[in-house]
Amino acid sequence: MGFKKLMTAAALIAATLSAPAIAGDKIRIATEGAYAPFNMINADGELAGFDVDIAKALCEEMKADCKIVAQDWDGIIPGLKARKYDAIIASLSITPERSRVVSFTDHYYSNSLTFVTGKETSFDPKMVEGKVIGAQRATIAGQYLEDNLGDKATVKLYDTQDNAYIDLASGRLDAILSDKLPAYDWLQSKEGQAFEFRGEKIDIDDKIAIAVRKPDSELKEKFNKALKAIIDNGTYEKINAKYFPFSIY
Amino acid sequence: MSWEWDVIIEHFPRLLQGAILTLELVLFSGFAGLMLAVPLALMRVSSKPWIQALPFAYIFFFRGTPLLIQIFLVYYGSSQFEFIKNSALWPILREPYWCAIITFALHTAAYIAELLRGAIQSIPKGEIEAAKALGMSYPMMLRRIILPRAFGIMMPAYGNEVILMLKGSALASTITLLDLTGMARTIIARTYTPLEIFLAAGVIYLIISALLILLFRFLEKRFNRHQHWPNEKPKDLDPQHIEN
Repeated sequence: MGFKKLMTAAALIAATLSAPAIAGDKIRIATEGAYAPFNMINADGELAGFDVDIAKALCEEMKADCKIVAQDWDGIIPGLKARKYDAIIASLSITPERSRVVSFTDHYYSNSLTFVTGKETSFDPKMVEGKVIGAQRATIAGQYLEDNLGDKATVKLYDTQDNAYIDLASGRLDAILSDKLPAYDWLQSKEGQAFEFRGEKIDIDDKIAIAVRKPDSELKEKFNKALKAIIDNGTYEKINAKYFPFSIY
Repeated sequence: MSWEWDVIIEHFPRLLQGAILTLELVLFSGFAGLMLAVPLALMRVSSKPWIQALPFAYIFFFRGTPLLIQIFLVYYGSSQFEFIKNSALWPILREPYWCAIITFALHTAAYIAELLRGAIQSIPKGEIEAAKALGMSYPMMLRRIILPRAFGIMMPAYGNEVILMLKGSALASTITLLDLTGMARTIIARTYTPLEIFLAAGVIYLIISALLILLFRFLEKRFNRHQHWPNEKPKDLDPQHIEN
């Protein structure tokens, strides 16, 4: 351990020890860490992104001692049920299926779906016959593809969004159906330059919220109160502006 | 904790569909792997170092790296090079199905080649000498003595390797294939009943393993039938059995 790291650790311990005694309970929050710009691992190897900033703002508002952990996407709800953590702030959409197994807070942003394809391609979202379209497994986009286009197009499901982008770039996919906001972020990146949104956005009344275990209604109320507070006091707006030039609430 | 039998019943046909793909992957890659393993093993037992070198490096690489990395290298790696995408191989390499079969075949070939090498080296010297004394040529000796005997010797270990590949084939789900594991994960993504669906998938894997074990027990008996005196009369005189 370097001297600098040692000092940081010492400072952290000192901060923890001197924290006010009224500091709330310890809350463990899971996020995925592979869904930029909402949650990702930054250059320093730490979790960062919109979800993580919101989680930190909420914890500060609740004066709670939070620990944010990374968890693979398709195990994220089972992990909550297994008490590996107490809440999920990982751009999780409210769906009837999920509502059967977890409890959702009020939404903290809204999402729509859109097709992403190469700028040069002739891909038309209205004519997908025989096309190969990808999406991330266990997402709204993936389910929308299976339910609405599954009999016309070939649907391929990926473990991470990044792997779907790789296959879009390699030409294995004609298009990706993706959540609009993270795709917006990817299109701004160097790899995304040759690609664009195609067709109307698909409004699926997709609200993103925090998930907690069903019996934890007290924690849910705490989150709701803190969420309202950070929206009212402008913290939310500041975090939003850091990632998107438009409101995503 | 509620246990939902309905979920298993409702999704069982889709799991079976996945199981068929799993079987295809294991059987095709197992067959291709075996074909590749024979020349590798024969080169490996050669007394000349320059013939040994190639299979040695091949086996060292494929046994020394995880299957997951190999499948990612073949699937995502191949798409990174323009010259591969422009080549005649791309129609094959762009399909996850063929990427999985190629990777599994290359992987299992390395293990089978080692098994086969061990088996060839443990054939009693006398049998080879007898074949030579009868004036058999090397190809005839291979066909009649060395390979049949080696297959018999390695059969129990080979059965083991096929079952390991059956379980390794679950990694096909990481390159978008809907094999038994991929199908289970896709169903769970919708139902959130991992225990029920993974249990059902596990039971199907067990059944496939059981069938493979039976198949290999049969093959073992068949290849080593000369040793199962007196159930079957040996056609040739075998000094080991005469005293019985």
